[in-house]
Amino acid sequence: MVDVAERRAATDEAGEVVDAKRPLPRWIITVAALCIFLAFWEFFGRQVNPIFGSYPSAIFAAFITLIRNGKLAYALGQSLQPFLLGYGIAILVGVPLGLVIGRFRTAEAALGIFITGGYAMPLVALVPLLILWFGLGFAVKAAVIFLMSIFPIVINTWLGVKSVPKALIEVGRALVASDAVILRRIVLPATLPYIMAGIRLAVGRAVVGMVIAEFFTEISGLGGIIINSADNFDTATMFVPIIVLMVLAVGLNWLIGWCERAIAPWQAEIAGREQN
Amino acid sequence: MGEVSLIEVSKRFTLRLDGGVQTVHALDRLSFTVRDGEVVALIGPSGCGKTTALRIAMGLETASAGRVTVDGTAISGCGYDRGMVFQHAELLPWLTALKNVEFGLEMKGMRGAALRDTAMKYLTLVGLSGSVNRRPYQLSGGMQQRVGIARALAIDPKVLLMDEPFGALDAQTRETLQGELLQIHARTKKTILFVTHDLDEAVLLADRVVVMQHGRLHEIVEVPLPRPREDLAKIRGSEAFAQTRYHIWQALHDGAGAPGAGVNDAGVHGDGVHGAATLH
Ligand SMILES: Nc1ncnc2c1ncn2[C@@H]1O[C@H](COP(=O)(O)OP(=O)(O)OP(=O)(O)O)[C@@H](O)[C@H]1O
Ligand SMILES: [Mg+2]
Repeated sequence: MVDVAERRAATDEAGEVVDAKRPLPRWIITVAALCIFLAFWEFFGRQVNPIFGSYPSAIFAAFITLIRNGKLAYALGQSLQPFLLGYGIAILVGVPLGLVIGRFRTAEAALGIFITGGYAMPLVALVPLLILWFGLGFAVKAAVIFLMSIFPIVINTWLGVKSVPKALIEVGRALVASDAVILRRIVLPATLPYIMAGIRLAVGRAVVGMVIAEFFTEISGLGGIIINSADNFDTATMFVPIIVLMVLAVGLNWLIGWCERAIAPWQAEIAGREQN
Repeated sequence: MGEVSLIEVSKRFTLRLDGGVQTVHALDRLSFTVRDGEVVALIGPSGCGKTTALRIAMGLETASAGRVTVDGTAISGCGYDRGMVFQHAELLPWLTALKNVEFGLEMKGMRGAALRDTAMKYLTLVGLSGSVNRRPYQLSGGMQQRVGIARALAIDPKVLLMDEPFGALDAQTRETLQGELLQIHARTKKTILFVTHDLDEAVLLADRVVVMQHGRLHEIVEVPLPRPREDLAKIRGSEAFAQTRYHIWQALHDGAGAPGAGVNDAGVHGDGVHGAATLH
């Protein structure tokens, strides 16, 4: 007994030693990587013709101009509205659809093929058709964003349902729960990590869908700034919305991760987080 | 009341393997009765069909032939007259211990304040009143198993079905929980059918031990130990314990030479014909 206690004390000490030289926090590593990247870009970017490329300080100057004349805020508003609508509906439709396809054999056999097929659909080619249906404005943009983002959400949810341990479903069955109750109270929470992964993947596709829509329907929003400045050989300005979009996607991803930890705090505890 | 009978229960599984289709005869006309308030242990070599028998009794699996009755009425599927305790507790990881027990009660239709009170009552019964707000990953294996037992007991089933409930626990925790189960049984007088690999556990807890071999009933051994069984150390040291234990050990080893599990190719044997060599 004494022996065990002593050994435990020894490990505790060892643990403290490890704590003392804690590894660098993640965010410092991320920021450092970004700085190095920007420095290289600045250095090599300055050596090329400004039509063929640009560099961070020039892009930042263009960014300030776009903020001053209000174009950026306006374009952002124009882009975000169809984005949020299309992406939001994709989540609201995609999650239940994935749950049902994953849970019910008939639904899987009937609809699964449309989902796997739809995921690979070359949406750009269909834009002209969508324009015929939805016109050139807001609706078609929301539709393109919706179509781009719904498939990864459905597929991930579907896969998630497939991986729910049979034993947990049997807990519900042993308690005489109906299919609907099992779906809502057992399958849905057990699938949450997969759903969240799908929603994250969909962010990237939704952003791509948004820019495609702005290129190929009525030119507007952030995509509009890209096209217009490219036409004027103003490469620095062209990079501004591109970077804004990337920042937006990263921010949204972070927000979703935060939501996930808020709704499903148990997940981080169950899953192995240890990493080198 | 709470009498469970398995009547001529057979179960065939069809396996699709690379080489074709195989039929596994997991159970072959298995019949036995667990009387009201009785504790029966199901024991037998690995793969002899214990889990299958228990799952059929619960209604999680359907029998290929035969039937299961509770108090004389044939079951169809799961019901609140039977409660299941799983080998690995199978708590819902996103719910606290309390919510896990409440979950079962909610499924049964209970609502409101009674939910919490009843759940607390059963968590206290299994000695967990202090950890009710922990999630499963914050509980030890033994504590999880207690929650699993509380969840099954809370719906007040006539019969408790348990598949190696203490099999995954360390020896000390197992002994503690065995003692607690005896107390719970003394207090609630539930009918209990449980699967075990542990001879001592079977003798210590059960009134009768059903020994299975190759999907069949091999022997039913009476345990002549009086209830209440309180001083477990003394019981373990008693002559009756040793004799019963030896008797069951012999019954288990009777069929040791026969081929295992009753696996045979489909089509070679007709329906209901068992693949394994006959014992006796
Ligand atoms: N779902 C299934 N599909 C196919 N075969 C199965 C299935 N479940 C069980 N079996 C087969 O039925 C037989 C009995 O299995 P069962 O799980 O009931 O054994 P057991 O007595 O509980 O064994 P153990 O003591 O190892 O848990 C085994 O041969 C097993 O391979
Ligand atoms: Mg088993």
